[in-house]
Amino acid sequence: MTKSFDPMDSVDQLSRRSQQNDRAKTTVLHRFANLFAAGPVKPGESYGAPGQGKSLAISLLTTFILIFIWYIATQLQWVKPLFLPSPVAVVQRFWEVATQGFANATLIEHTGWSMMRVFSAFVLALLTAVPIGIFMGVNRIVRGLFDPIIEFYRPLPPLAYLPLVIIWLGIGEVSKVVLIYLAIFAPMALSARAGVKSVAIEQIHAAYSMGATRWQVIRHIILINALPEILTGMRIGIGFGWTTLVAAEMVAAQAGLGFMVLNAAEFLVTDVVIMGIIVIGIIAYLFDLFMRYLERKLVPWKGR
Amino acid sequence: MSRLQIHDVSVRYPGMNGGDTVTALSGINFQIEPGEFVVALGASGCGKTTLLNLMAGFIQPSDGYLTLGDSQVSGLPRVAVGVELNDQITGPGKERGVVFQKHALLPWLNVLENTAFGLKLQGVCLKERQARASEYLKLVGLEDFHHHPVYQLSGGMQQRVGIARALTNDPRMLLLDEPLGALDALTREVLQELLLEVWQQTQKMMFFITHSVEEALFMASRLIIMSPRPGRITHDFSLDFNKVFLETRDARKVKSMPEFIAMREKVLGIIHGDEATNGGAH
Repeated sequence: MTKSFDPMDSVDQLSRRSQQNDRAKTTVLHRFANLFAAGPVKPGESYGAPGQGKSLAISLLTTFILIFIWYIATQLQWVKPLFLPSPVAVVQRFWEVATQGFANATLIEHTGWSMMRVFSAFVLALLTAVPIGIFMGVNRIVRGLFDPIIEFYRPLPPLAYLPLVIIWLGIGEVSKVVLIYLAIFAPMALSARAGVKSVAIEQIHAAYSMGATRWQVIRHIILINALPEILTGMRIGIGFGWTTLVAAEMVAAQAGLGFMVLNAAEFLVTDVVIMGIIVIGIIAYLFDLFMRYLERKLVPWKGR
Repeated sequence: MSRLQIHDVSVRYPGMNGGDTVTALSGINFQIEPGEFVVALGASGCGKTTLLNLMAGFIQPSDGYLTLGDSQVSGLPRVAVGVELNDQITGPGKERGVVFQKHALLPWLNVLENTAFGLKLQGVCLKERQARASEYLKLVGLEDFHHHPVYQLSGGMQQRVGIARALTNDPRMLLLDEPLGALDALTREVLQELLLEVWQQTQKMMFFITHSVEEALFMASRLIIMSPRPGRITHDFSLDFNKVFLETRDARKVKSMPEFIAMREKVLGIIHGDEATNGGAH
């Protein structure tokens, strides 16, 4: 197998050459450079495929540099703490909110409420949007019923129909969950539908030629074929869920990460705002990692 | 013994963007006798695949009808008779196994599960369907690959799975749509011999589509040559090079026989004549 082309290769080669000159001296440098090299070619990858090689070390370095610039900028007082508090202040505030709370709730309570809202909306969407999306793919009547509804409300910003949801459902938990649910529903249903449409006709024909009934074709061929796209839809959907969270917690929330951020913004407590953003980001990212893990476990054949 | 009969079949597609109607097949009368290995050869666009799809039941004819069975059907179309004929092909069925060029295996199932899939659909119990599937996997030389994921197999091995899967259902006939078209020359020859052996052992009716003249001559007990615009059968030859191979087991020798070479030149002449008059269009 040939090694893929990567700018980092030259770093790798450089360190390898110097290693031959003086092994003892350059081992540390070599190891360091190796962290950023493309790494061994994975089985099944071939020369010239775009974007090959490892990128974790580069990502970590980017994160580190961004935090470092942030730190320097605040330390040298390029910006006022009101606009951008230092990372240290944010960490301190994180600890303070975690232990003593902010706006009558601790960080755990804020996080718990938000996760409860997002995940109950997510589960509701999973139970309704996926079956509806699948039926839209396999049945023209269901497609005709739901297509105009979904296509109409999908591009609307949740803030536009938030007032309507509140008029209809009040200011309690139901309206918050429903708002997030609506945001998740459309991408999930459309992904499930696209997954159904992506089935190779040969597989369907092969199943019929082996005596499959229409229901067996749906169950054994179409549903399983749609699984990768359904999982992708779940990832996109939960992303929409988190983006809608702040809108959902704008009205009459007592706790929640979105509420916490909005409340802090009103009192110009910028470090809580940034801390809240980071917490939401980390939770969303961890869930995405979990979904990618699920994808590897459930559909190892994806794209083959 | 059942035979497949095609009664005066035409297939017309509506033209794209309101254009003229495209006649994919016109006035096909044809039958496949029990135990025959029929190979269809012709320029692109001559309706070979349409003909196979009709036999498989994936598409319906615009005129005429197809039957697979024992009854001697008179030439009358079913509308005139007023009743559906018992043996008429109205859709896909497990008595007609299909082997596709590619993309037809199920990547989430391993080799054994793919092969046993048809029996699973019919509700055969796990033990029996695995026993029958492994029997056919042995026939195609994959007895050591039961638990491999299919997407890790080479193209040739995937086609072996496809053939074993179609056979496991014990169909009355096998429809093969360019099954070796995507394979390298060596693997292709190995699988040609394998298919002939399968044919000899199972005595199933075969309908095989190919673009390769040499492959067609080597495999066919009956060769039909088709011509485009409108798609129709222009030549029908009886051949026995496959029987010579099955007796001698020497493919190279068969393919270099003077009769073989003469026939190849003749068929090439027919097809090239077609391509010249049609501009090689597809």
